[in-house]
Amino acid sequence: MTFNWNWAFTWEILPRLLHATVNTLLAAGIGYAIALVLGLLLALAQRTPWKPLTLVVRETIEFIRSTPLVLQIFFVFYVGPQFGIRLSPWVSGMIAIGLHYSAYLSEVYRAGIEAVPKGQWEACRAINMSTRDTYLRIIIPQALPPSVAGMGNYLVGIFKDTPMLSVIGVTELMHAANAIGSESYRFLEPYTLVGVIFLAISLPTAGLVRLFEGWVRRKLGL
Amino acid sequence: MPIWDFIQTYGGQIVSGTLITCAQFLLASAVAVTVALVAGLGKLSRHLAVRGVATVYIEIFRGTSLLVQLYWIFFVLPLFGITLEKFWAGFLSVGLNVGAYGAELVRGAIRSVPKGQWEAAYALSMSPARRMRRIILPQAVQLMLPPWGNLLIELLKGTALVSLISVADLMFQAKQINASTFLSAQSFGIALVVYYVLARAILTPFMRWLERVMARRLGRA
Repeated sequence: MTFNWNWAFTWEILPRLLHATVNTLLAAGIGYAIALVLGLLLALAQRTPWKPLTLVVRETIEFIRSTPLVLQIFFVFYVGPQFGIRLSPWVSGMIAIGLHYSAYLSEVYRAGIEAVPKGQWEACRAINMSTRDTYLRIIIPQALPPSVAGMGNYLVGIFKDTPMLSVIGVTELMHAANAIGSESYRFLEPYTLVGVIFLAISLPTAGLVRLFEGWVRRKLGL
Repeated sequence: MPIWDFIQTYGGQIVSGTLITCAQFLLASAVAVTVALVAGLGKLSRHLAVRGVATVYIEIFRGTSLLVQLYWIFFVLPLFGITLEKFWAGFLSVGLNVGAYGAELVRGAIRSVPKGQWEAAYALSMSPARRMRRIILPQAVQLMLPPWGNLLIELLKGTALVSLISVADLMFQAKQINASTFLSAQSFGIALVVYYVLARAILTPFMRWLERVMARRLGRA
């Protein structure tokens, strides 16, 4: 029984952990930005008239969604050098996490796009709108609001998955806690603080997402 | 090294890793389902204390990362005098994490059972326990099976993290092979394919089958 919370030690390591939290937020933000854009591309790629593309994209999404993120992170990080491409931990981490979540987000977009009433498509056709305008001005603006809830959930999700980036040496929160643990042989404070920091960020974020979702719904009169 | 030689040389290691992953998956699923039922029902309880405990559990495990929970359970719990073997720490963490998400599914499904069913059971003067067991839960199970299918895939993926506390699962073996051969594409690639096959060729069809069985038992097929 060596349970003794050391407050002096806590205050000593807190700045270091908070500093790493900035990196965690940065990683989540960049990863999410990649996922938002790539996810939309994946969703649209499934809507081309060319069936083989749809099929390949579908299977790729299924593959990414049903294999572990941590394995994908290792894959991206280690496979590059085998073929002469060296990627830094940050770059490969962002590729892996962005790709992983783009598969999830593409499903959110897909559901949103499919929920747009058929009459909207027909109306665009009737007024001879180009495909590009149909998507950009009519379909996507209507597909996004119902997707807000799903998108928000994955924002929290990507944030909670960033600790996995520590396995390839991205210097985020978990990485810092591991480093502190192996320097001081104290695990209680760093790991508990990491948990508390995660709670302190993810609970309010989840709350904000719900508020934002309600706001969007009211704005649209849904 | 051609892929076929690679599989012949390291196949044994990959199979043993896969078996450990399957064991972790089954044990973690059992933990997750049990905990989800208890916490999901707890959150619907009339007693404030029970509801409070369930809510705290759900929010803590949903609000932090699985990896944080795993490290905490493996490295910090021993300081409180609870030392878990890594294999146990592995599936318990994964199970407790997924159970928190499952609890919300259980709660949602129970609340979606039509009100008439509750009233009919009440009219027949069934005890609350009997009503839950014989009337509400079977219908709730049918409602929540499809989302549980997705959740169990998340659970399978979650088990890959136990390799980080050196449980010798599939992910761990892939890392070992990679470290000794530097054939990353082969070792991690094969592991990815195995996870995919487990999820898509075994788990998903099994859940579909379970959905059909439940529908038939409720006379809805």
